[in-house]
Amino acid sequence: MSTQPGSLEMVARQWDYFRTLFRRTWRGSIVSNTVLPVFFLLAMGLGLGGYIDDGGSSTIGISYLAFIAPGMLATNAMTMAVGESTYPIWVSFKWEPVYSARIATPLRIVDVLNGLVAFLLVRLVLTCAVMMAVLVAFGTVSSVAGGVGAVLMCTLLGLAYALPVFALSASIDDDTPFALLFRLGIIPMTLFSGAFFPVSQMPEALQWVAYLTPIWHGVESARMCTTGVVAWLPLAGHAGYLAVWVVAGWLLARRQFTARLADG
Amino acid sequence: MPDPTTAPLVRARALTKSYGDFQAVRGIDIDVAPGEAFGFLGPNGAGKSSTMRMVAAVSPVTSGELRILGLDPATDGPQIRAQIGVCPQEDTLDTELTVRENLVVYGRYFGMSRQRCRQRADELLEFVHLADKAGGKITALSGGMKRRLTIARSLVNEPRLLLLDEPTTGLDPQARHVVWDQLYRLKQTGVTIVLTTHYMDEAEQLCDRLVVMDQGAIAAEGSPRTLIEAYSTREVAEIRMGVGDNAVAADKAEGLAERMEVLPDRILLYADSGDAVLEAVHARGIRPQSTLVRRSTLEDVFLRLTGRSLGE
Repeated sequence: MSTQPGSLEMVARQWDYFRTLFRRTWRGSIVSNTVLPVFFLLAMGLGLGGYIDDGGSSTIGISYLAFIAPGMLATNAMTMAVGESTYPIWVSFKWEPVYSARIATPLRIVDVLNGLVAFLLVRLVLTCAVMMAVLVAFGTVSSVAGGVGAVLMCTLLGLAYALPVFALSASIDDDTPFALLFRLGIIPMTLFSGAFFPVSQMPEALQWVAYLTPIWHGVESARMCTTGVVAWLPLAGHAGYLAVWVVAGWLLARRQFTARLADG
Repeated sequence: MPDPTTAPLVRARALTKSYGDFQAVRGIDIDVAPGEAFGFLGPNGAGKSSTMRMVAAVSPVTSGELRILGLDPATDGPQIRAQIGVCPQEDTLDTELTVRENLVVYGRYFGMSRQRCRQRADELLEFVHLADKAGGKITALSGGMKRRLTIARSLVNEPRLLLLDEPTTGLDPQARHVVWDQLYRLKQTGVTIVLTTHYMDEAEQLCDRLVVMDQGAIAAEGSPRTLIEAYSTREVAEIRMGVGDNAVAADKAEGLAERMEVLPDRILLYADSGDAVLEAVHARGIRPQSTLVRRSTLEDVFLRLTGRSLGE
């Protein structure tokens, strides 16, 4: 109906909720989302990198630190997005049914979903931007445009993971799938996605598996941006592939949210 | 054009709700008039909550017709929900927010201005006697306080129609009376109330009119008084026998009352004068361990209509 408020207005109405929450949690959230990747940069980038770069056998053309820095940015966005779309969402369906309270107001189920996506989007941009500042401090970013581009690509990457996981969190009754997701999904994807070494080091079959995962596209595009070696067509391809995950994930999440909330 | 002052706020015809093969609501007709306090009385699983979720424009109708404030929930859900208040059965307060923030943030969902939300939150905290808890945590509230806060939250948008699903289930007697008092005061201000309950005393206290629901259908409809008059006697004599003596005593008492119900723990004898029945019981040589004469309640109506008691 034309008299009903639009989707953006409905998301805006939830902003005060997220703002109230965020005011209390942003410091801890930034620290906890940045500390681990900084440790990795120190240990792997400076420690391990300094050791192997000195050997003079570098085949990647840049310092190892500069190689893994965008990988840290991308894997961090993935980890944060999955973390925020698993337990916090699942608990709000299962134990503290705050979404059912929200849909008793003019908000529709899709508005509740969009509100969560918008809030995560903001936190992703922020987390990636803070991480980018760290990368700049390590001297691994070639240009401002590259830095901005990498933040945008990694934000898109985060959403590409979050939305399908939203759908999962809305569908499950107990939380054991999350343990599997982290151990058999997120950790292998962190290790074998081109963040620490080029996927060309792996057997060809595994390379193709890596190409299917969103994280590989995130790492590759972030690396193009931070190193300044941009191939535009592949970059557009990476963005397009991630966007497909976002859209498909949103459709799936909308379906599962509706199934859980309308007739739960 | 129906007259807006008398047109029903809720109108259902042959309304059903199914979950897969299970039919939770089996074709009910209801009309709720403006200013009325209307109740669904029935045991757990009678289809009350399923009906309420449809009336709240949250759960889609399976078949039949449903109009809330004259609107169709299938197409006008947000508009309907903008004008109603919902107090659900389970606690849906946000534990990440303070008591007051729960109200302020909720008001924003209705598109109210920040200033109006804050003002309304303070008014409502006064109304439900939680003003001193405004900055406190949800987890520090008692069950009764949480329920009152949930009721306050359902009033944020000044609803024309208030839906309450089992408003006092799980509360201790004192907390129940506080909630009843607040609902009664709301009713006095002209708010239309629709509630579900499986407590017959709650239905008697709060409802002008109610339907007795059983297994997804309406078994009877009327005011508490007319239902009791129609389906029960003025008084009830309850007699308790020793364990296993019920059947024998029931045989002996045959014909003494207008109607008799044999429950596992007692026998109910329905008559206009309970004392007269008890005298007759003694005259037949029945020696109960204890006796009680009381007025008929909706519990008796339910027992008569379904053969079961509400708690079952």
